[in-house]
Amino acid sequence: MHFPKSRKKEKNLQFVKENKKRSGSNRRTRKGKLISIGYLFPSAAGVLLFFVLPFLIVIYYSVVDNPISNQFVFLDNYVMVFQNAAFQQAARNTLMFSLVAVPLAVVLSLFLAMMLESRIPFKSQFRTFFLSPMMVPIASIVLIWQVLFHYNGMVNEVLGVFHIDKIDWLNSNYAQVVIVILFLWKNLGYNMILFMAALSSIPKDILEVAVLESATPFQIFWHIKLRYMSSTILFVTIMSLINSFKVFREIYLLKGEYPYDTMYMLQHFMNNTFSRLDYQKMSAAAIMMAIVMVIIIGILFLTENYFGKDVEG
Amino acid sequence: MKIQEKRGRGFKGSELDRWSRLVKRKKKIKHARELVRISFATMIAGCFAVLFLMPIILTITNSFMSASEISANYGQVFATTDTGGKVYISEKVNLKFIPDMVSFSQYITVLLKSPEYLFKFWNSVILVVPIVAFQLLVAMGAAYGFTRYRGRIKEIIFFIYIILMLMPYQVTLVPNYLVADWLHTLNTNWAIWLPGIFSPFAVYLLTKYMRRIPVSVMEAAQIDGAGEWQIFRKICMPLCKGAMCSVAILIFIDYWNMVEQPLILLTDQEKHPLSVFLSKINSGEIGLAFAVATIYMVPPILVFLYGEDYLVEGITYQGGIKG
Repeated sequence: MHFPKSRKKEKNLQFVKENKKRSGSNRRTRKGKLISIGYLFPSAAGVLLFFVLPFLIVIYYSVVDNPISNQFVFLDNYVMVFQNAAFQQAARNTLMFSLVAVPLAVVLSLFLAMMLESRIPFKSQFRTFFLSPMMVPIASIVLIWQVLFHYNGMVNEVLGVFHIDKIDWLNSNYAQVVIVILFLWKNLGYNMILFMAALSSIPKDILEVAVLESATPFQIFWHIKLRYMSSTILFVTIMSLINSFKVFREIYLLKGEYPYDTMYMLQHFMNNTFSRLDYQKMSAAAIMMAIVMVIIIGILFLTENYFGKDVEG
Repeated sequence: MKIQEKRGRGFKGSELDRWSRLVKRKKKIKHARELVRISFATMIAGCFAVLFLMPIILTITNSFMSASEISANYGQVFATTDTGGKVYISEKVNLKFIPDMVSFSQYITVLLKSPEYLFKFWNSVILVVPIVAFQLLVAMGAAYGFTRYRGRIKEIIFFIYIILMLMPYQVTLVPNYLVADWLHTLNTNWAIWLPGIFSPFAVYLLTKYMRRIPVSVMEAAQIDGAGEWQIFRKICMPLCKGAMCSVAILIFIDYWNMVEQPLILLTDQEKHPLSVFLSKINSGEIGLAFAVATIYMVPPILVFLYGEDYLVEGITYQGGIKG
């Protein structure tokens, strides 16, 4: 990710370049350049062959009517996908889920990081504990989640103590709550590590000055810490967003290919289209996803550039 | 402080003495408040830790139950999930933290009597290990290429890598499927290996790390007569050892956990890794499920315990906080 911090580095780079020019771009540098491209080549060729070229073909598929006659239909496939009830449902669910889960993931992990930053004992143990869900394969853990959130399971029993009616977690509108919890459980540790690193990289002298100027802890948090962490907050938001698209995995392992309505995500739609091998629909849906992703990432970068400018990192 | 005390003794009962006592008391209050705050934070952290660890611990402890104990306790959970219908039985699901009788029967059955689980486990290994090894290899080269002689074109290519890295599976799987279809590798391990090996993730991370090596180091080597290969082998590789460990761990977790790729690219269920197969265990064999799940958890947990610091460092670099 390109963060605006790198401006200083770029200056360095220019300096190096000038240096080189002065010593004359001799044959040896040119040879070195060619060799360095050689090192890059295997990966670039692979990426080109397995990601970029097929992606261009996907774009092509998305604007023709079928792979045999190749009639150009422009946006018809997109309209068709867009009007598909299953796609609408899936897009709505995914959107809803991301809107709830991503802010929660960012705020809660920031909270955890702040807590670990304050001087509590067993810090490294807590870090290990919070990080461990990230390591555990979801497939292994899904069994126990089924037990916990079963209609007669432990969660309902605990809620029963507070006289809350039993909820059929996995087969009702509450299904999304379960998925959000599972998502948070899995991703908080990762985000927390990022925030902890960002917190420890805030210059200490600024914090000390703030304390001397009798700033309240809240002011320090709001005006200094958040300011300095803006690029990290951006990164965590993007990563959580991407991970929130991956939540299909959890749902599939919990409930299979056709889960309850509110758990039907975009990836389900894609999978079920794959099994019918409907290239046009698939391509159009993939392209739409890609465009949405690029737009989201672009917006996040713009806001970061707008707000994070005055902080000299 | 010392001067104050001396003065305080001199002017007993004076304004200054009272003031210094007030300061002391205030400090004490502040200290107590700090203590309360820390213990409160510890308590909350403890609660979170319990919530985070509980599912893992429960899975492990439950794997020591005998099959009959599991079906007695959880039978109805897995009976209903298969059909998806709602069955309301008043009977409780007894969640047990510690089994009534510790038995290794599940493990014995999984390890000795039913080879299909081990077979699926082996599938996972054979899918993941080559990806980790070769992605690292390809990515090291690419990172070196991106680090040396940076220019506009390389920056643009690197930007494409970043965009690709951020794309969700929903987008990248369609191209992967098409390529696998052309190369006739659908339903073979190659369909997963090839896109995995050339995945841009490791390149991104290693490049970020390698670019932190001062250019002057490499230039000094060059002036001393080192070729590109020697700079790569003798300077970049040793300096990036830690980063390579971090990247290897991150790739390993990611692919050990994979579900989407095998579901789409491997139509033959025999070839599915254990991560997919676990969800398809039918209710008859539910007694084994916890043991299989625990066995599947073991490799990543061992990796985690061994390389937690590498993992943390890798995540940090990913965030570009130090970079």
